Amino acid sequence: MYSNGYIFRFAIIMVVIVAALLSGASMVLKPMQEKNVTTEKMQNILAAAEVVAGKENTLELYNQYIVREVVLNLEGNEVCRFEAGKLITGECRAFDIELKTQLKNLQAWQAGNKQAQVMLPLYVFNDGEKTLYIIPMQGKGLWGPIYGTIALEEDLNTIFGAVFSHKGETPGLGAEIAQKDFQDQFKNKQLYDDGTFVSINVVKGGVANSNINPLHGVDAISGGTITSNGVTEMLKSTFELYVPYFEKRRL
Amino acid sequence: MSQEVKTKEPLFSPKNRKLLTAPLGKNNPITVQVLGICSALAVTVKLEPAFVMAISVIAVLSLGNVVISLLRNQIPPRIRIIVQLVVIASLVILVDQILKAFAYDVSKQLSVFVGLIITNCIIMGRFEAFAMANKPWPSFLDGLGNGSGYGLILIIVAFFRELLGSGTIWGYPVLEKLGIYSVGYENNGLMILPPMALITVGIIIWVQRFKNRELIED
Repeated sequence: MYSNGYIFRFAIIMVVIVAALLSGASMVLKPMQEKNVTTEKMQNILAAAEVVAGKENTLELYNQYIVREVVLNLEGNEVCRFEAGKLITGECRAFDIELKTQLKNLQAWQAGNKQAQVMLPLYVFNDGEKTLYIIPMQGKGLWGPIYGTIALEEDLNTIFGAVFSHKGETPGLGAEIAQKDFQDQFKNKQLYDDGTFVSINVVKGGVANSNINPLHGVDAISGGTITSNGVTEMLKSTFELYVPYFEKRRL
Repeated sequence: MSQEVKTKEPLFSPKNRKLLTAPLGKNNPITVQVLGICSALAVTVKLEPAFVMAISVIAVLSLGNVVISLLRNQIPPRIRIIVQLVVIASLVILVDQILKAFAYDVSKQLSVFVGLIITNCIIMGRFEAFAMANKPWPSFLDGLGNGSGYGLILIIVAFFRELLGSGTIWGYPVLEKLGIYSVGYENNGLMILPPMALITVGIIIWVQRFKNRELIED
């Protein structure tokens, strides 16, 4: 029979050992884990511009092609600018912005808290031939968050490329948004209709069977209606925030 | 494998060998003991995550079995379950951290299921049923055997689901290279969904019991 004292001693020693072991492992592995997350983010940004980056050359390609990172506010003004590895103006780097935090700030702002600051990241891509504006976004799918990275052409209207990913949409249904077939549909679609912002709709039943202009719509995924609607919603609500900036650029 | 077994005879006595091999067949954790089914359904869409999951479970189960077996005379019986849980949880967190650092893509695919190894009943079941009452070496073999038995089924199921559902094996487009699509074949989307994993496991159970009549219960 074990005494209560023994049980307590055993439990305390065990917990201390386990805690030391786990925090040690976490400290050792942290830099590598963070590097993976950064690499993936860079790969997504590059993928929207159709630059395929492998594990090794991601940073190199990113530095080569992404010539500028800009942070915008809701009025469409530039708050920060990051170029060639250093901050030019402001004190925030677009790459370090967490979309989740910004979405929360946006909600607070919409609820009437005018103190809440919303920062919108924008990446400028240039490969010598074309300039692309890349916008990262986050929205809600059926089971969890969905993410998108969209590259716009210089007219800030035509979509050059789109990449979507998700946390846990249904495989074979909602998860298909991460497939090339779905993403390729977005190419050459336009955000503006005769000067009015309309965003892009993911249309259930197919664009051909609806009264939506094919320039502003793509086909939804059969069986993935809620995820498809989530994509529409994400595109609309994100691009809306950038509209003031688009308008300013166009004038 | 069998040669290695013969040269290390004392360590791999017939009894110990059985610990390793029984879970692969007659005493398989999934098809016979019916443990760990949920993760078997969830991570078997593609071979790669299934393989990583199998390796992770083998690692957690055999290491955990050894730790528990070493401590078996020190663990107060009244708190043994929570002690087992702490051992499992810490090993699983270690595995998760290592995957995030070295196999980030796979870790993203497995997402929540690595964490759910903690609740995999195979592990707790083996700790309680075997490691608490046996020496470290047999416990290690038992962990290895049961982990492999679990992994074997995972890989068989994943093989069929990936082949029929996505037309690939380990990401390689086999069916496309064979030109099967050009004669009108299409991937079966149903294979990607969890119910078909259940049915595949069911078929494996059926085949196994058909071949081995002693497993059939009345």
